[in-house]
Amino acid sequence: MRVLVIEDDPGVASFIIGGLRESGHTVDHCADGKDGQFLASSGNYDALIIDRMLPGIDGLSIVQTLRTAGNTTPTLILSALGEVDDKVKGLRAGADDYIGKPFAFAELMARLEAIARRPVREGAETVTEVQVADLHVDLLSRAVHRAGKEIDLQPREFRLLEYLMRNRGQVVTRTMLLENVWDYHFDPQTNVIDVHISRLRRKVDKDFDPPLIHTVRGAGYKLSESP
Amino acid sequence: MGIFGSSAMILVGYIYWETSAYLEQQTNATISAEIRGLTEQFRQTGGPGVEAVIRDRIARDPDRSTLYLLVTADQRPVLGNMSAWPAGELDADGWYHFTQRDRSGQAVPFQGQILQTSEGQHLLVAKEQATLVATRQLINRVYILTLVIGLLLALFGGIVMSSSVTRRVDAINRTSREIMAGRLQRRMPVRGINDEFDQLADNLNAMLDRIDSLIDSVRAVTDNIAHDLRTPLTRLRGRLENLALYPDISEKVRNDLNATITDADHLLATFRALLRIARIESGTHDEAWTDIDLGALLHDAWELYHAVGEEKEIAVHLGAAAGHMRGDRDLIFQAVSNLLDNAIKYSPAGSDVRLEMRDEGDLLTIAVSDQGPGVPETERGKVLDRFYRTATVTGIPGSGLGLSLVNAIARHHGGQLILADNAPGLRVLLELPKTDSAGPAAVPDSGLTRKARKALPLPGESHG
Repeated sequence: MRVLVIEDDPGVASFIIGGLRESGHTVDHCADGKDGQFLASSGNYDALIIDRMLPGIDGLSIVQTLRTAGNTTPTLILSALGEVDDKVKGLRAGADDYIGKPFAFAELMARLEAIARRPVREGAETVTEVQVADLHVDLLSRAVHRAGKEIDLQPREFRLLEYLMRNRGQVVTRTMLLENVWDYHFDPQTNVIDVHISRLRRKVDKDFDPPLIHTVRGAGYKLSESP
Repeated sequence: MGIFGSSAMILVGYIYWETSAYLEQQTNATISAEIRGLTEQFRQTGGPGVEAVIRDRIARDPDRSTLYLLVTADQRPVLGNMSAWPAGELDADGWYHFTQRDRSGQAVPFQGQILQTSEGQHLLVAKEQATLVATRQLINRVYILTLVIGLLLALFGGIVMSSSVTRRVDAINRTSREIMAGRLQRRMPVRGINDEFDQLADNLNAMLDRIDSLIDSVRAVTDNIAHDLRTPLTRLRGRLENLALYPDISEKVRNDLNATITDADHLLATFRALLRIARIESGTHDEAWTDIDLGALLHDAWELYHAVGEEKEIAVHLGAAAGHMRGDRDLIFQAVSNLLDNAIKYSPAGSDVRLEMRDEGDLLTIAVSDQGPGVPETERGKVLDRFYRTATVTGIPGSGLGLSLVNAIARHHGGQLILADNAPGLRVLLELPKTDSAGPAAVPDSGLTRKARKALPLPGESHG
């Protein structure tokens, strides 16, 4: 993936760039809003990471300008003002996702990959079934089978599994699950998500081998054949 | 109005009293003069002379407005225009009061004086009081009429005046409520006629401007803290994360690093919660207000948390839940989630937690009840303060910010948070109006946030 990072803080920028390069991505960096906007409008990137507060031009203005010009590069907004209304403003300006500082790199990576894959996924919206190893999910009839055995899931458990299956092989964070499966943006005081994952594991993984739902330390969960 | 009415009454009363006193004095003076004249006559000419004068007077007064009667010592009439001595009363001032019928048979009041001559004769000289009585009656009528008209005028004027006053006070009250509900940009209406109300409104507006600039600077400071502290914290956490991923470190170091990351996360969570409370309290969340299906929201919250309860063998029940309100859906969910989280956290295994709501017309009340240790009545106000925790929960981890956040969310929606006794346990009531009295805080997107941003140093400058 070719990623442009527009971030003025050298520490945060090197933290992001280092992590992205380590994960095998090509990264360009720009510390100034004006130059950043110029580079971003070239359209040579698979994803943009833009800080909200920048010298020169405001991060949201850059997104707005790009979208007005018809540039649809997936964009993730970074900000110290990680608040709900700022998120709404960010998304309204045309950003694809929003992450408040401080964030775990894993959270940034998971979200970045999710938005970068989005157009592909939307193009293949007609997907009616997903299969990982011997786990089979029929998205239309909502039937779940593992090793030929039918698994009975509650509606929310099904949505949780569906989200993990659609993002198979990718790390999804707890916040992403809350936002996408429960559709609420809030700060749980305890790890409520862990409880629901462990219930899902009991149904999907407990009596089967190998386990498919993996805990990714410090990040979240991943559904895949191998950890 | 009362003042106006009673002052009119006092004024008319004074005129009445003065006028009748004057008229009475006039009458009395005439009679006194008459008596004095006759006494003089007695001294100069004796009885016969006086009789001639009386005769002359009677002849000149065919209307009998003045009565004369001279009687002997044994009450026999000698001379006069009255047939007999009239029955009457002598008052303390020596005035003799009696009534006489006039030609039409009407009783006419008279007042007079009795003069005793040296020969034992009595002379009564009296003047009719009809004019005085009529005048008194006239003044009485005027008095009552003035009173009625005056009262009506006062009433009318009062209504007009007070309704205009009420209107203007109402306008100020309404604006105050809107401002309290978070529409900090609203200002008191000024008519431009520079009366006392305009001056009051101007002063209040000046005060609000001052408060506004203070809030702005506080927010600028908070945003500065957010930017200046959270950015290095991101770096710190990132470095720790990178270190923990290092392949050639011992398991002990890795565990310590992960524990440090968890500590940093707690610190950051507390920090985030504080910032969040501050931002909600300052009332700038206006973008996310929608119609909320509270029934569905409570069901979602129950579904999310009853699984958490089951892990602790606590049964979470969902009671009646149906109703709609306007507000920030994510914030309301956050509030309900914090309440459920607390209830489960402080409940003993095997107990029940109950989530339900009541629709009370304009108000929706969400109730979360548990069978835990509860909160002593004296501490119920304090647990809403930031960082306050009761002595009963010292062993259980928590930031002391959970209820403060719920309280801030309740107030942000024009509602309130009430802690009650569930005997045993705690019953928390979250009262929310269906529509905020002042509507959602309609501070425009650009307003405060942008103003606050102006006060921020550019990020590049703050970090060199």
